[in-house]
Amino acid sequence: MKKAILQIENLTTSFRIGNKYHAAVDDVSFTVNENEIVAVVGESGCGKSALALSIMQLHNKQRTKSEGNINYKGQNLLKLNDVQMNKVRGKELGMIFQEPLTALNPLMTIGKQIEENLDYHTELSSAEKKNRTIELLTQVGIPYPERTYKQYPHELSGGMRQRAMISIAIACNPALVIADEPTTALDVTIQAQILDLLKDIQSRTKMGIILITHDLSVVAEVADRIVVMYAGQVVETGSVKEIFNNPLHPYTRSLLNSIPSAANEKNRLHVIEGIVPSIAKMDRIGCRFQDRIPWIPKHAHEETPRLHEVGNGHFVRCTCYKAFYFQAEGDASAHDITKIR
Amino acid sequence: MTLLKLDNLKVHFPIRGGFFRRVVDHVKAVDGVSFELQQGETYGLVGESGSGKSTTGKAVVKLNEVTSGQILFEGRDLASLSRREIKPFRKDIQMIFQDPYSSLNPKKRVLDIIAEPLRNFERLSPSEEKKIVQDFLDKVGLSPESIHKYPHEFSGGQRQRIGIARSLTLKPKLIIADEPVSALDVSVQAQVLNFLQDLQQEFNLTYLFVGHDLGVIRHMCDRMGVMYRGRLVEEGKSEEIYENPQHIYTKRLIAAIPDLEPEVREDKVQLRKKLTSEYESTYSKYFDENGRAYDLKPISSTHRVALQ
Ligand SMILES: Nc1ncnc2c1ncn2[C@@H]1O[C@H](COP(=O)(O)OP(=O)(O)OP(=O)(O)O)[C@@H](O)[C@H]1O
Ligand SMILES: Nc1ncnc2c1ncn2[C@@H]1O[C@H](COP(=O)(O)OP(=O)(O)OP(=O)(O)O)[C@@H](O)[C@H]1O
Ligand code: SF4
Ligand SMILES: [Mg+2]
Ligand SMILES: [Mg+2]
Repeated sequence: MKKAILQIENLTTSFRIGNKYHAAVDDVSFTVNENEIVAVVGESGCGKSALALSIMQLHNKQRTKSEGNINYKGQNLLKLNDVQMNKVRGKELGMIFQEPLTALNPLMTIGKQIEENLDYHTELSSAEKKNRTIELLTQVGIPYPERTYKQYPHELSGGMRQRAMISIAIACNPALVIADEPTTALDVTIQAQILDLLKDIQSRTKMGIILITHDLSVVAEVADRIVVMYAGQVVETGSVKEIFNNPLHPYTRSLLNSIPSAANEKNRLHVIEGIVPSIAKMDRIGCRFQDRIPWIPKHAHEETPRLHEVGNGHFVRCTCYKAFYFQAEGDASAHDITKIR
Repeated sequence: MTLLKLDNLKVHFPIRGGFFRRVVDHVKAVDGVSFELQQGETYGLVGESGSGKSTTGKAVVKLNEVTSGQILFEGRDLASLSRREIKPFRKDIQMIFQDPYSSLNPKKRVLDIIAEPLRNFERLSPSEEKKIVQDFLDKVGLSPESIHKYPHEFSGGQRQRIGIARSLTLKPKLIIADEPVSALDVSVQAQVLNFLQDLQQEFNLTYLFVGHDLGVIRHMCDRMGVMYRGRLVEEGKSEEIYENPQHIYTKRLIAAIPDLEPEVREDKVQLRKKLTSEYESTYSKYFDENGRAYDLKPISSTHRVALQ
């Protein structure tokens, strides 16, 4: 049995718009085990960052409401007060943000920023702190750690900045790291280095990782399990092998078909018609994806779509997957890579 | 037919320093790049961040001063023309930028955004102008009422299409697309890529396509060049580069492409480790004593590699 680090149960996070609350994360449940990478994927606006910020409790409390249970070491993070949460955040739960330049303090050297985090959570002497900081910078593959220690964020290239962020996130050997699009802004060679690095650190510390991304090929490279989110809900989840070999939900299959890859080279790419609904427009009932696959008859959808287990820990929402096919428009259906496999 | 030919193009930016802000050194952003684009093809330019891809593209539309070398467009050397002499060519070469969020003026209506290049070259009555703009909006799949809207009222993919419509009104022959889909979601990305291919067919366009997503480049390009520190290190048909990379940097680049098959990932981690040590041990085979890549040498009629 793998040891669970974080159990998210029925998490719903709503933002206040005007005087009503609208859910950006709707009844999401999943578990992250030790030494495991769980990928959360979905288009822009599906609620991935809102989910991450809920776990870290970084939402503005005046305008945001989170319900459910985020179980970490026998306590519900949602029930902790600010002081208790500050102790957990940064020390036991690390976060790598979507945009390193806005998350790092531009006026403080990289070394100071790492030491600040150590200060907050440890009782090291200043010499010990410096040693630990240099050690961390070395660990994330920064070539001249002594020099980088004294540099400011703007003096580093994008890849180095992202590494510096990772070193802050892992400074206190957290049990869980949440990485929100850690490599989206980087070119492929650096992306590969950073992903290899995260895996490498994981193999030593056994930390759990939640990897948020919209790049499915990155998921195939590194993740153990996948949570596919659409319009705030989990629409499909399972092991990486299971989801890539046997994707069921129309949304997952559409995403896979829209990626340019060797399998659909030179053919037309699949386009998912329409857009992710804004949170104010997301229906509380009915399949949220139905408007984007209008050729599937309405009766194929469940009235209140539930997650169905199809075996091997593989869950899929709504019954519409049974009736789903790609429309014969363009070549997308003829070259449905989700069927070739 | 050769539409564009770069011959030993160099773009060096001065680094100033000291009390008198004298030029103390140069960034050799583009340092001797040569390649040709045939009419109607899509040529990809890839390489690591900072390798000079955008600088090369911008040099062709004269957004950068050229230090030396030639930019032959239909046989005329653009690099040697003055700003005034270049004007007629501006119609023929258009650039699409990376970021649909910041490359459109937020204060202007779509009509004015799209018509702006047109106004620089032609005298049209407002009704003629409106007709042309609406025709192009239709081509890029946006409704005619869009002309009165502002950029923030559109999604990312739609904004990118507005940028493309704008670049098409002058009926260009060559489009330089600098990471046109990097900022977009996969589904929107698919929409824009399909659309660029349709337009190419309809208008017989030639594309110089700059990008760092190798899946996208492979999907779009017939031939491609790989840049590294301001130099081309390899050039060939897309399948030659992907199936049979020769330069150590190209090998690393190809090995870094994430794979959609979870089964092969352990092998790929090992391959990347192996290539990193090969890069260190065989450095002198690929770079001279100044760390500069060698000139390209043909290894087949279509495939060239920078080897000693
Ligand atoms: N503070 C907020 N107040 C109101 N609505 C918000 C807030 N933050 C996010 N939203 C809305 O919630 C939805 C989910 O946003 P979120 O940032 O989680 O998307 P995401 O999946 O991370 O997208 P991306 O891939 O673009 O980062 C969106 O519709 C967004 O507009
Ligand atoms: N106006 C400028 N002045 C000085 N240096 C510049 C200027 N523009 C670019 N550079 C430098 O020239 C080099 C090449 O930059 P360029 O923007 O062409 O890279 P790129 O290959 O497009 O990278 P990316 O993939 O990050 O867009 C970089 O070292 C950059 O810092
Ligand atoms: S050992 Fe690490 S986690 Fe524990 S208190 Fe020190 S810095 Fe924090
Ligand atoms: Mg986000
Ligand atoms: Mg660039």
